Amino acid sequence: MDTPMLTLRAVTKTHNEGEENACTALHDIDLSLEGRGVTVLRGPSGSGKSTLLSLVGCLSRPTSGRIHLRDPETAEVRDISALPERFLTLLRRRTFGFVFQSFNLIHGLSALENVMLPAYPLGQGRREIITRATAWLERLDVAHKARTPVELLSGGEVQRVAIARAMVNDPPVLIADEPTANLDSDLVRRFLEIVARFRDEGRMVLMTSHDPRVWESVSVDRVVTLRDGRIAGDEPGPASPARQGGGGAP
Amino acid sequence: MIRWFRVQVLMIDYTLASMARRKARNLGLLLVYAAILFVLASVTLFTGALREEAVRALVGAPEVTVQRMVMGRHALIDRDGLEALRAIRGVQWAEGRLWGYFYDTANGANYTMIVPSGGIVPSGGREAVAYGAPPEPGFVRIGGGVARSRGVAPGDWLFLLNPQGRLFKLRVEAVFPSASELVSADLVVLSEADFRAFHTLPEGVFTDLALGVRNPREITTIVEKAALVLPDCRFITRRDILRTYDALFDWREGILLALMGGAILAFMILAWDKASGQSPEERREIGILKAIGWETGEVIRARLWESALVSLFAFLAGYLLAYLHVFFFSAGLLRPVLQGWAVLYPEIHLTPRIDGARVLTLFLLTVGPYVAATLVPIWRAAVVDPDTVMR
Repeated sequence: MDTPMLTLRAVTKTHNEGEENACTALHDIDLSLEGRGVTVLRGPSGSGKSTLLSLVGCLSRPTSGRIHLRDPETAEVRDISALPERFLTLLRRRTFGFVFQSFNLIHGLSALENVMLPAYPLGQGRREIITRATAWLERLDVAHKARTPVELLSGGEVQRVAIARAMVNDPPVLIADEPTANLDSDLVRRFLEIVARFRDEGRMVLMTSHDPRVWESVSVDRVVTLRDGRIAGDEPGPASPARQGGGGAP
Repeated sequence: MIRWFRVQVLMIDYTLASMARRKARNLGLLLVYAAILFVLASVTLFTGALREEAVRALVGAPEVTVQRMVMGRHALIDRDGLEALRAIRGVQWAEGRLWGYFYDTANGANYTMIVPSGGIVPSGGREAVAYGAPPEPGFVRIGGGVARSRGVAPGDWLFLLNPQGRLFKLRVEAVFPSASELVSADLVVLSEADFRAFHTLPEGVFTDLALGVRNPREITTIVEKAALVLPDCRFITRRDILRTYDALFDWREGILLALMGGAILAFMILAWDKASGQSPEERREIGILKAIGWETGEVIRARLWESALVSLFAFLAGYLLAYLHVFFFSAGLLRPVLQGWAVLYPEIHLTPRIDGARVLTLFLLTVGPYVAATLVPIWRAAVVDPDTVMR
């Protein structure tokens, strides 16, 4: 079996540590994530799902414990628990694409400009970035809105632009925080179709959700349940060979 | 290097798109900034050009001017002094000059009356304009300011009442061209006979003496010798006059810039406030940029580009407008302050000229502090944790 892409060992995260309003969001988390497939983190609000995503996605560092990341290009495993921000940023750029809750596109900029933003620090030519961003917009059926300011887009278009932005640097891992919150069934279905395509391409998708439509989706390989900052369950999803009777552990 | 350059181009691209979203705020800032730069650049360009004109006017002036002093006041000097100076070794030539001021009660203006040396004294300053043979008795050549205020043209009569109340009727032979108006506006050039008659001046006395020396490096020595021969005289070298002009314009420029200090300070506070008053929307944007892979340094650079572009554009716009104001509109807004008071204002057409060192100084003193003032608040906003967008 391959080395897991991400391994968390006894990870604890306390926000505002040492201050009066300190709050421990995660306690002693042990978790391994493979380099492909769709994993859903589920649980009620405040259970620590988003905090776990931010740790996995190199957006923050754990208060204690270790996180190891396997470099998708070199297969080298590195401890990223205490890396300086600059190195975390470089890793984040290469490895992860993010779709945030409410998508967090930058208003006033066009869809194309939003999609191009993660590619700016890489130092590629402008034309090359435009070509790649447009290709992603085309792939997600929203290229006709490339020049439209994002505040004028519909909910579904905003969602697809946010996914295009996450994928413009071609990351092996897509991280999505409550991507289907406030979306109607049709948009949830379209999102899950896109996720299934990424899964089929061999990418890893990690998302939080407390939406049963997501974790019961046929493209989900694994469902990890969080409660009060601890892992309360870890079971195969509908797409897992274990659930389909093919055997094998998630 | 190419990568760095590409990143900067993309950052500017993003910055311009970002600035376009806050058009009113950025435009307002740009206008205030450009207005301040316009005034500062106008002051430096105008005083610089006036200095240049003064230097040009004095290029051919006599190396030394000798003036007799009585009780600390400038007094007439007689022919004996002239002969004594001619006898000093190293003196190339010495001539008596006739010039003076006249207050015209008809229009409340002061004229400068001068008798040209007939080519003996080298041309410089007012003499440069009045160079050549003196007019015939009964004729005058006048400056543009005099012609305008008295409404006369070549061929007309100019009537003047001398201080004793005697009427002089002089025919205007010529009006000096406007190109020389900085030094000729109030000039009335007349013959020696008319000058002496008008001012009731006896023969054998002069307003002052002009001195030429063979070797300019000997000026100090010659002045020392001359001071022994004419102890009641003061000796003004060309360098002294230039220094006086410099001091005068420096002082006027300094006064104006000091008054501007308050406005500059207010603008710096505005710039600081603008940069530190990052709205929640802007903070959120910085959080998003960091989450999607921008480093703190890249966020700071993008914001600094915004400051740099605003200040650069304001600098160019302000400087260009100041250039037009000074050299094409004769610095209409600054003349009363910097040029001093006069009834007969010359119509100045200053020679367009830019001093690279002064441009650089102004650039560094305006763009530099603005960018620096915005750096700290930008840095404080840019160190936001990238996971804020997940909370």
